Amino acid sequence: MQPKSPYIEVVSLNEEDFSSGQILFRHDRLIAHYAWDTGIAIGYFLGGLKAGVILGAYCSTCRKTVTPPRIVCEWCFRPMQRFVELSDTGKVNTFSICYITWDVKRISEPEIPAVIEIDGASPGHGFLHKLAEVDPNEVHIGMKVQAVWKPPEERCGSITDILYFRKF
Amino acid sequence: MKYRKVAVVGAGMTQFVRRAKETPQELAYKAVRAALDSCELTINDIDAICLGSAPDSFDGFHMKGEYLSSSAGAFRKPFMRSYVGGGTGVFVPIQGWYHVASGLFDVVLVVAEEKMSSYYPHAQAAFLTIFDHTLERPLKPNLLWIFALEMNRYMTTYGLSKADIARVSVLHKRNAADHPCALLGDPNITVEDVLQSETLAWPVQRLDVSPVSDGAVAIVLAAEHIARRITDKPIWIEGVGWCLDTAYWTNRDLAYPRYVDVAAKMAYDMAGIKEPRKEIHIAEPYDPFDYKALHHLEGLQLAERGKAIELYLSGEAERNGNLPICPSGGLLGVGNPIAAAGLMKIAELFWQLRGEAGRRQVPGNPRRGIAQAWGDLMQVGTVVILGR
Repeated sequence: MQPKSPYIEVVSLNEEDFSSGQILFRHDRLIAHYAWDTGIAIGYFLGGLKAGVILGAYCSTCRKTVTPPRIVCEWCFRPMQRFVELSDTGKVNTFSICYITWDVKRISEPEIPAVIEIDGASPGHGFLHKLAEVDPNEVHIGMKVQAVWKPPEERCGSITDILYFRKF
Repeated sequence: MKYRKVAVVGAGMTQFVRRAKETPQELAYKAVRAALDSCELTINDIDAICLGSAPDSFDGFHMKGEYLSSSAGAFRKPFMRSYVGGGTGVFVPIQGWYHVASGLFDVVLVVAEEKMSSYYPHAQAAFLTIFDHTLERPLKPNLLWIFALEMNRYMTTYGLSKADIARVSVLHKRNAADHPCALLGDPNITVEDVLQSETLAWPVQRLDVSPVSDGAVAIVLAAEHIARRITDKPIWIEGVGWCLDTAYWTNRDLAYPRYVDVAAKMAYDMAGIKEPRKEIHIAEPYDPFDYKALHHLEGLQLAERGKAIELYLSGEAERNGNLPICPSGGLLGVGNPIAAAGLMKIAELFWQLRGEAGRRQVPGNPRRGIAQAWGDLMQVGTVVILGR
């Protein structure tokens, strides 16, 4: 007996099948609103941003300073000792030059997302943000950067209280 | 050995397509039917079902496991859905393995299904919800960011060129031209094509990336005494491993996948493998992006750090080379319906080790292969070693 093929065909559709009404479908959107609590550590962090300061957390067992801050050290699983003030400067750990938005719309002026290692934190510790006021061709890994803050009266305790990082 | 031996005895898959008319339930059913037929079992022979599927946000409803259960054959049977992001496809056979290895069940069906096309207009936007809601989502990240950031760190650390990395995409897409289920197989693609494709998030260009896809894969696992009655070519699960790194991905060394390293060492220990580079004959590393295959080959200890590209430059990675890599065509070529793509790699090893891979067959009667997947917030490594 000839064995059956393990490869099974499916009905493949394209955009035209939708736009021309060739097939039936249901179009709907989900509406989901949330109010997310910041928690303890990120609450401090956001409070710091509102005051124009970047905070980290220090583990006295591992002698590590991490950012964003957290209440437990994942290396030794002991509580973090204290929150510490870091500098608002750092260096680019890595970056991208991005020509699409989060929902895949094309943009001609690229965004430059980057992981910024914050000065005062242990090496390799940073967070995600963006770079601006810089020629994309000049950006490089290891570049020194500094946070550009919103004016104090406009800050609301959000990661976007830092507008972006620029060359330092 | 402290576990019962477990074999893969059957496998089946649907085509991977950009948009399937079939519902997720129908895709799952088609793959399950093919897997059962391949080993001439019926659903009555199945003791339990393990199912893998990625974020509910693609489908737009929760309880996806329950929704899929009946068409995956789980009607009135023990059933469990697992989810570790992109790593799901290689985790769900691990879950099936411990169901059988433990002695709890004799025959287990493992199913992975993904339908990414329902999210409108593009599935990528659904990925916004995987980022931290307070610190990352306000920056409106695209999923590609994390790959672009990691790729840049990886290639800069080791001084790799885009042209070299493009060789990965070329080989996998060419391999996929021989796969009946492939979405993006292309026997004539060149490095130039990759380098000239649209830049999405530098260094990532369109042809560096696998396509969003719909599809399903299923395999059947059996305990040794049953497996030997079902087939004279059982393919044994010799080792499994999995590991999660920190979710603070901006605190990690992005140039080296420690999570794959740990998972691979767990699997090698279990399989009694001391020298992976000599003892592994086929590798199916997870390749949603071309640099990712290199990154993972290093984590799997199949290449020195920063040197995996040499496998491609020397031709060793080709089907008739010393270490064929992604002879299936991988995610870059066959397609990337998340959980199904990982399980496709297990199915590929099953067919390769049985000598049933048709035009994709690796020569020389390969004895042992490794499959790996990766996912969550770039932090999970899942590894399975199969052998005959």
